[in-house]
Amino acid sequence: QKVFRVILQNDEQVEIINSLASNMQVDFWQPDSVTLVRPKMQVDFRIEADLSSEVEDFLKESGVEYRVLIDNLQDAVDAQFDSKARTTGHSYEKYNNWETIAAWTADIAAQNPDLVSRSVIGETYEGRPMYILKMGKSGSNKKAIFMDCGFHAREWISPAFCQWFVKEAVETYGKDTVMTTLLDNLDFYVLPVVNIDGYVYTWTNDRMWRKTRSKNAGSRCIGTDPNRNFNAGWCTLGASKSPCDSTYCGSAPESEKETKALADFIREHLSTIKAYLTIHSYSQLLLFPYSYTYKLPSNYEELNSIARAASKELASLYNTKYTYGPGATTIYPAAGGSDDWAYDEGIKYSFTFELRDTGRYGFILPESQIKPTCEETLLAVKYIANYVLEHLY
Amino acid sequence: AAAMELPPSHGVANRAAALATGYLCYRRGSPGRGLALRCLRRARRQDIDDVGHKYYLELVLEDVLDKDSTVNCTAEVLYHLGNKNIAPDVQFTLEGELKNTEEADNIFYSRIKSLEKELVAENIPDSHGNVPPEMEPVRLLAWVASGYLIWQNSTENTKFQLAQIKRVKQVKRSDEYLEFDYTILLHEMVSQEIIPWQMTVLWHPQHGVQVTQDSRQPKHASQ
Repeated sequence: QKVFRVILQNDEQVEIINSLASNMQVDFWQPDSVTLVRPKMQVDFRIEADLSSEVEDFLKESGVEYRVLIDNLQDAVDAQFDSKARTTGHSYEKYNNWETIAAWTADIAAQNPDLVSRSVIGETYEGRPMYILKMGKSGSNKKAIFMDCGFHAREWISPAFCQWFVKEAVETYGKDTVMTTLLDNLDFYVLPVVNIDGYVYTWTNDRMWRKTRSKNAGSRCIGTDPNRNFNAGWCTLGASKSPCDSTYCGSAPESEKETKALADFIREHLSTIKAYLTIHSYSQLLLFPYSYTYKLPSNYEELNSIARAASKELASLYNTKYTYGPGATTIYPAAGGSDDWAYDEGIKYSFTFELRDTGRYGFILPESQIKPTCEETLLAVKYIANYVLEHLY
Repeated sequence: AAAMELPPSHGVANRAAALATGYLCYRRGSPGRGLALRCLRRARRQDIDDVGHKYYLELVLEDVLDKDSTVNCTAEVLYHLGNKNIAPDVQFTLEGELKNTEEADNIFYSRIKSLEKELVAENIPDSHGNVPPEMEPVRLLAWVASGYLIWQNSTENTKFQLAQIKRVKQVKRSDEYLEFDYTILLHEMVSQEIIPWQMTVLWHPQHGVQVTQDSRQPKHASQ
């Protein structure tokens, strides 16, 4: 669609514009309506793309002075999102620091009040508010899917995916049938960054930091591995009892404010949460319980076939190969994981994603891969969500 | 005991595959050629009494610089029982030819040889995953050399990957070899530790890559 600007010299030319407006759809930007058009006025109006060459010819023939103000309206609108990024600093195709993400959670909720609301589920060790976004068209008796990102500080692609998911939800609601059905019938609780203190630390001090930033009594070493800190076979295997280690399980289950806040929230909404997704990187894996034991979950066959199908969906876009299976055998045995805990609480569909890549870049995945990674992962998440919707319990 | 089939999704089989890939990459790599594991197609394991565990692997490897260029490979990895100071034995057979990288290697060689000041760089890739194009061969060289460290230090319960080059400094030599002193970060997947490691790397287009000296570094006190 094009936007034209004409300078009308006299009444005759005003008439020309009047006749134009009576013969076709003309959307007047300035002034608001054709009835306000006067000589010596600068008039701006929008025309559908397929009529624009006709209009140009007409204006030329009639001797009306004009120029094309906006050659492609869609491009100009899209570009506005870029310039918004330049002022707020937020971009879905770049890694955003915590300040930017926090501001974005407020913005996205404010801009989409029918679909998104923001609340705080707790505070981090260093006192930062833990924001959660509730996505979905409001309705009664809705079941929900819980998804979190940013458990481990250095896995930057993970929070990037949560942001991408939210963007896709608000932008494609009403346009994409699957997304619309999902948001009409389910709520999504999206926690964009669980381990905020750790995430900030990777931006300011150590890009390879993993754990929380809490002090450990009697040790100079900082932090607990949040994904060893849940009450699921806590600290029995695949976790360390030493505060200096990267897989330190903590002083007790839910010793970390962040994990306690997450667990409290899930417990409070247990009757409505029907699936739990937790996003990590790297390795390109789709895991399900158990990790704290080699025992298989009671609905192993079902989880396995969901994982198989979701991996296939993911691969359909860029041929990115994922391996799937129960945590203990597919990656390694590890107790205290949030996915196992959620499953044992009764959430039948519990999955851990390990996103791109398989080690070439590892944690430092280039920004150019954010978009493709998020696009393909979204397919898998939508598949799982859709399955859950069709198998509510 | 007979060899037992393992599902390719198996964590242990994939650790053996990563080890084999690291070794292979070290033997065949150069600043113009890095190999990575595309996928594990088949894995079998044999427990040999008083010796150790042997893995028979069918791998697909890809060229790090050209993802569409792949090569099939069979490998055998023997983890020795008991004494953890012996590196695993690795044997491999590549099915087919690897791309010829003579030209790229020679260009890099000449470029570095003709530098007036020794090359020095830090944080490759940077925090956001960026690698300046002219640093790509330096990075690939570290990738290849890290294969040696991975081979020498792996057990059935470890999986190492090069996470980042913290620092690289060229050491000028009077002979024809190029020498680089790297401090790299290795990521160990099972313990999730990031281990700083120093290594001295020698390279010549005709003589391949050699790690002549290496030393594991202590973690920072704050960790």
